[in-house]
Amino acid sequence: MINIDELKEKALYKIKEATSLKELDDIKVNYFGKKGEITAIMQTFRDMAEEDRKKLGKIINEARNSIDELIKDRQKSFNDVILNEKLKKEAIDVTLPSKKVDIGHLHPCTIVFNDVRDIFEKMGYTVVTGPEIEYDEYNFEKLNIEKGHPARDEQDTFYINDKVLLRTQTSPVQARVMEKGKLPICIISAGRVFRSDSVDATHSPTFHQIEGLVVSDNISFADLKGTLTTFAKSFFGEDIKTRFRPHHFPFTEPSAEMDVSCFKCGGKGCRFCKGEGWIEILGCGMVNPRVYELCGLDKDKCQGFAFGMGIERLGLLKYEIDDMRLLYENDVRFLSQFD
Amino acid sequence: MKASHKFLKYYVKDLDVSGKEFAEAITLTGTKIETYEKLNKNLEKIIVVKIEKIEKHPDADKLVICKANTGSETIQIVTGAKNVYEGMLCPAVLVGGKVAASAHDNNDYPDGIKINAGKLRGIESFGMLCSIGELGRPADLYGGNNDGIFDMSNMDCKPGDDAIKVMNLDDILYDFEITSNRIDCYSVIGIAKEVAATFNKKFTEPKTTFKTSFKDNKYIDIEVKDYDLCPLFSTRFVKNIKIEDSPEWLKDCLRAVGIRPINNIVDITNFVMMEYGQPMHAYDYDTIRGKKIVVKRASKGDKFTTLDGQIRELDDTMLTICDGEGAIGLGGIMGGENSMITDSCKNLLLEAANFNGTNIRLSAKKLGLRTEASNLFEKGLDPNNAIKAINRACSLIEDLKCGEICEDFIYVYPDEKKNVNKDIEVFATKVNSLLGTNIKADTMKEILDKIDLKTDINGDVLKINVPTIRKDINNFADIAEEVMRFYGYDKAEETLPNINIMPHTLTKDEIVERNAMNIAIYNGFNESMNYSFESKKVYDMLLFSDNAKERNYITILNPLGEDFQVMRTQLINGMLKSLSINYSRKIKLARLFELANVYLPLDKDINVLPDERKTFIMGAYGKDIDFYVFKGYAEEMLNKSHVLGKITFVKNENISYMHPGRTADILVDDTVVGYVGEVHEIVAKNYEIGTKVYILQLDIKNIIEKSNLICKYKEISKFPKSERDLSMTVPKDITVDKIENVFRERGGNLLDTFELFDIYEGEQVALGFKSVAYNLSFGSKDHTLTDDEVETVIKKIINGLSSLGIELRK
Repeated sequence: MINIDELKEKALYKIKEATSLKELDDIKVNYFGKKGEITAIMQTFRDMAEEDRKKLGKIINEARNSIDELIKDRQKSFNDVILNEKLKKEAIDVTLPSKKVDIGHLHPCTIVFNDVRDIFEKMGYTVVTGPEIEYDEYNFEKLNIEKGHPARDEQDTFYINDKVLLRTQTSPVQARVMEKGKLPICIISAGRVFRSDSVDATHSPTFHQIEGLVVSDNISFADLKGTLTTFAKSFFGEDIKTRFRPHHFPFTEPSAEMDVSCFKCGGKGCRFCKGEGWIEILGCGMVNPRVYELCGLDKDKCQGFAFGMGIERLGLLKYEIDDMRLLYENDVRFLSQFD
Repeated sequence: MKASHKFLKYYVKDLDVSGKEFAEAITLTGTKIETYEKLNKNLEKIIVVKIEKIEKHPDADKLVICKANTGSETIQIVTGAKNVYEGMLCPAVLVGGKVAASAHDNNDYPDGIKINAGKLRGIESFGMLCSIGELGRPADLYGGNNDGIFDMSNMDCKPGDDAIKVMNLDDILYDFEITSNRIDCYSVIGIAKEVAATFNKKFTEPKTTFKTSFKDNKYIDIEVKDYDLCPLFSTRFVKNIKIEDSPEWLKDCLRAVGIRPINNIVDITNFVMMEYGQPMHAYDYDTIRGKKIVVKRASKGDKFTTLDGQIRELDDTMLTICDGEGAIGLGGIMGGENSMITDSCKNLLLEAANFNGTNIRLSAKKLGLRTEASNLFEKGLDPNNAIKAINRACSLIEDLKCGEICEDFIYVYPDEKKNVNKDIEVFATKVNSLLGTNIKADTMKEILDKIDLKTDINGDVLKINVPTIRKDINNFADIAEEVMRFYGYDKAEETLPNINIMPHTLTKDEIVERNAMNIAIYNGFNESMNYSFESKKVYDMLLFSDNAKERNYITILNPLGEDFQVMRTQLINGMLKSLSINYSRKIKLARLFELANVYLPLDKDINVLPDERKTFIMGAYGKDIDFYVFKGYAEEMLNKSHVLGKITFVKNENISYMHPGRTADILVDDTVVGYVGEVHEIVAKNYEIGTKVYILQLDIKNIIEKSNLICKYKEISKFPKSERDLSMTVPKDITVDKIENVFRERGGNLLDTFELFDIYEGEQVALGFKSVAYNLSFGSKDHTLTDDEVETVIKKIINGLSSLGIELRK
């Protein structure tokens, strides 16, 4: 009878001493191959009595498993080394520049518009649009800006003819909505407007506005304040404070301008807010009863507010852009900065 | 509108707040302060001194040594000024004090200039005698002389007095933003009333009464021919006037707001204009021919010399003030040279009138002559206020003892009886409902009374008497604003509207626009924005033919200039202009898109609004940009918008600014939804772009018409695909869309997809042919295809191809 223990010990010793995967493969063949030592022993089984066979089978199986396990174990260590070396070789300079993923950018005005729009959409406002070339009637008359009002002066308005002009505000959209006569109204209208201002760092003959109009039978100045404060906190940050100052617009009465506490200095006063601690953001007010009449609504059954803001102004503030001309120059180094 | 703190205190005597507190509080009640400035900014330790002795400087011809009495001691000050004399009273800054500016340069010293003891050419000097400029004040307000030391000898002061106080520089100048509805606040009195109400102080009306010395009810005969332009013309007659300097308080009042004192009469009219917001005019009575005033429109072509010496050409919309023979003034704008006050003037005709604001604005604009007076009149003033103002002026004439006033008041005021205070009635509950407040009627009355809106309460009804100067108050909303301003805008709660509304759902346009924009963004394009108006010349740069429909643009009547004259009918100019800017700045790759309207007129005279066509354009130059990349964007945009119908690209040789061989219309079935291609090299050159530019333009409205935007799941086959490559020899002039049509027509529902993977001309391909290779993928939803099935389809396809003269390559 072959001493299987001895065979096993010898084999295990050889495996431990092996120095390469190749040697391990050879050892494996030497024991388990067609002519291998263990294969040879197994071949003697068929001549054995069943009892012996079982006994021997058990021992040899154990030996075989031990050898096999150790081979796998050793193979793994060799493979690990090889793998590690490979990985090491494959190392790259992670500080090399990236392959740029070229994703474009929206125009800062569009981004600001989308931000404002999202806030009001979440509050349930519907977005409406209207013509940029508009009738005088909608741009002025129905908004309580009668003939002779300084705002209508040629200085400010581009005219196509006596009756048609380039809208100076997005409010004519509101007049068009009111004229349909369906209450309640809860809309924002946005878009391009035109004023006869020469181009400089703070003026552009084309800019964008976003306006809101809420009309029902019971909307109050308190609702106006609540709505716009909610907007301001949502747009500028929760810590922002708002301040409403009396102002005048022909379209609203009472009218106000809303300031927000300076988001740079927190309201202490700095260069950004010209030492005031406040930054003017928008104009607003309760829709003037006269406007309801002009738009064909019953002034005694309507109560609501309107507000409007310049998108460029918000954009300049948000991104700290100091020259409005950049917005219409379309230098890609400028345009690709905004998210 | 400017007013100084001291000026306001004449009317609100116990106003006791700092400039900052004042500015904050008055801003919150609606009279916004734009800026405020302390007149004594950077002025420290400046006192009145008396020059007792002047000695020559031993080592400098241009310097003198002054012994100056400070009231408590005599100090030595060296000065280079030439106007000093013994006995002179003047301001001096003592050692350790500050002045605002330097007499030697025009630099801005934000923190002032500190004065230390020092030696000038070896002689010690303990301070500095000051010029008006060094005190930070404009010299022209003080007689125009900045060369020398400011002479205070004629002023009511003595050595040791605080010179700043003597000169009334311990004052703050406010610049108020007045809203266009508040004509009453273009006056110091108007603002003072707001101030008094804001700080709960008493308002003191200035004195408008005076004693008269004689009677003469025929001193002038006034005839107003154009009453529509001149609702009121009132005059006062003052005899034996004494023209001299105004007292210092009056001068300082004017100086504080930047008005140069001239003489007592002019100063009084300027002062009253500040006080009441009512311009006045003073005529030399003895120059008025025929003792007659006629107010009438000029005749076209009339010429008139205004008191600034300029000859003005008038037209028949402009209002003139004439005497018995001719024009002596342009109503509300400027007086005439022929009737102006001179030092020899003996008798005075004082005018306070009211003119139509719109007419004044237009006339001033046409004449290019905007004056303080026209700026005020164009706002539309109150005639009743003019009468108060002229009386106030007389009262000041009396105070200054500079003339004898006639008892008779001659004026033309046809609407005198109509233009009276009106009563309006307002429900307190309605005011509260509008404001979202619970203000008691009593409180409302209290507030309204404070601002001259005398109110009676009857239950819920407030009856308010509105003075004529408050033209802005007409309805309950106006009253609500007045109440709220002084109750405090900050005291209203913050609530949210309680209404039933439907949230916004995206419109089809918005979806298609967003798809296009997203695809552009994800492919590296930046959004650009261009003006809606441009020069006519761009239509030449873009090579449009004379009768091109694009030349049918809308023209602005009053453009900013030629470059902004017509409303664009295409977006290509903006795109090329923008790309050109990038190209000129050496940017290697620029990709831009714009989504904007083009304006297409629907009638010749634009009596109806034009078609505003939302258009999307992409443009780029640089590496890896070619026709086919742009074609890919187009396809993706249309697929994303789920257009219904077949998308085809059809060569278009007729877009003037595009390369005729490299441009295609994009069609969905038969509808052209846009074009794609390369910009014509001449056009690129016109825009100074020295490389190939590619453009894709889509018409949003046409896409929407061909799209239902409905996206539904299509089953993915569970069975394996069979793939075949077809390598073909194709006659050169056969475009690949013909081959693809064969695939589509003959592939049946077993041909899943096909993809061009090689196209080649040259060696190994016969002349007049090209080699084209496609990969075809077959599959079925319900079974694995057999080779036979696939071969049958391929045979059909090959048969179809061979009818085009296409053969399979072996």
